[in-house]
Amino acid sequence: MHTFEFIRPIDPAAAIATAGQAKTAQQGADVRFVAGGTTLLDLMKLNVETPTRLIDINRLPLDKVEATPDGGLKIGATVRNSDLAHDPTVQRDYSVLSQAILNGASAQLRNMATTAGNLLQRTRCMYFRDTAMPCNKREPGSGCPAIAGSNRMLAVLGTSEHCIATNPSDMCVAMAALEATIYVQGAKGSRAIPIGEFHLLPGTTPNRETVLEPGDLITHVTLPPPIAGSKQIYLKLRDRASYEFALASAAVVITVAGGNVTKARIALGGVGTKPWRSPEAEAVLVGKPADIAIFRRSAKAAMRHAQPQSENGFKIELATRCLTYALKMAMTA
Amino acid sequence: MPSSKWTRRDFLETSLKTGAVVAAVPAALQGQDSQEDAVVAARPNIEGTLPITLRINGKDRQLRVDPRTTLLDCLRETVVLTGTKKGCDHGQCGACTVHVNGRRVNSCLSLALMHEGEEITTIEGLGVPDALHPMQAAFVACDGYQCGYCTSGQIMSAVALLNEPCGPDDAAVKELMSGNICRCGAYANIVAAIQQVRKNV
Repeated sequence: MHTFEFIRPIDPAAAIATAGQAKTAQQGADVRFVAGGTTLLDLMKLNVETPTRLIDINRLPLDKVEATPDGGLKIGATVRNSDLAHDPTVQRDYSVLSQAILNGASAQLRNMATTAGNLLQRTRCMYFRDTAMPCNKREPGSGCPAIAGSNRMLAVLGTSEHCIATNPSDMCVAMAALEATIYVQGAKGSRAIPIGEFHLLPGTTPNRETVLEPGDLITHVTLPPPIAGSKQIYLKLRDRASYEFALASAAVVITVAGGNVTKARIALGGVGTKPWRSPEAEAVLVGKPADIAIFRRSAKAAMRHAQPQSENGFKIELATRCLTYALKMAMTA
Repeated sequence: MPSSKWTRRDFLETSLKTGAVVAAVPAALQGQDSQEDAVVAARPNIEGTLPITLRINGKDRQLRVDPRTTLLDCLRETVVLTGTKKGCDHGQCGACTVHVNGRRVNSCLSLALMHEGEEITTIEGLGVPDALHPMQAAFVACDGYQCGYCTSGQIMSAVALLNEPCGPDDAAVKELMSGNICRCGAYANIVAAIQQVRKNV
């Protein structure tokens, strides 16, 4: 690990001022915020991340889960994943989020990992994590050996010829289905970013993963008021029963009246280069009978534009069945 | 001393202590209530290290660490509490599990400096051979280990689990213990040990 200056800011403004001196807030940033450390320290040990300054935000007052005046929920940046998953309001009104978080990582990691950190969780692509290998995300222009190499775990949606790395987060998939908004304070003031616009597709610049700029500090995330009467399911399929990243996952928030689907919010994990909201799947469902044939058609629509690689073509059918079954489970949730 | 009386632990601890004591200034040893404290106090101030106070197993420890020092390396190398083990060093195996303010964490993925003033509990703080923590006793009774390398992490995880939401059946225990890998595969007996303690709590 490269050495760094360890900074504990007195307030968010001090943290933002220091981070604002960074050249970039993206891959290879010279200044990094640290909260749980579960992604960042892992990558620093691998020399994938080599910040010269580390800003410890753990003591900043960003650790509360609170109701918002409009009936939604405000989740602080440093709320631990375990605290969020076990929050009574989250369990009652946003259970897909609780399920998603508890399906990720281990109990120890969930005690450390934070809301903002999970939003910025990095890919598990083995080429990204190994500095002996080329990787366009880590070293722009060096190439993507995953495309002709080991890509069983990698993405089939949102890929480009420069990068096929999967976004590994479970939490973000649930937040995409819940239409979360991310609040950022930066050098130029504060702004609200819908989660669908927060993560970027790799395109020709896979080193840019989010819209964050130097100095941007995620302060909190909000969820809109819960959808009354909605059924919520997070279904995750993986190589072992626990403590493993998704091969495919589905977050479903759905309401049914008189046998027909009235509202549907669908997002997929393990298959996309970003947390994958699927308006295509939602469009098939709304106004149609809540039955298995429609569920299957909806899931096929979600995967229509999937691009298989040499080893991960199975994910297309797996994700289709995952979403189909998640919708079926939601009917009895 | 006949070599047969030396354990690996004796050798390591004596080496660490001897190395430090040679460099010790007598004044630095005053006011210390154990040999381990003397070892820590006798460490020279290496350039670039920073002061930190951690409350480890109920005792305040004033230390100096390089900013890169993980909580795990701080416990093992600086404080010489070697019961906490380093397995993968990347948060994948759980051997390094300790409690911070009563919650279990992977000490390998946390910097010591992030824990200023916090309460750290390691396996050494749970029990002693003559007065084992009930979980330690249950692991012995149920044979919840083979090589023993993952055991301190397993026990720290299991003790924390007692205070977490967890269903009554074995499947719930297995799910919440999935962050602790046992290469020997002693899982069945580990689950039995944990369930034995849960039934008696």
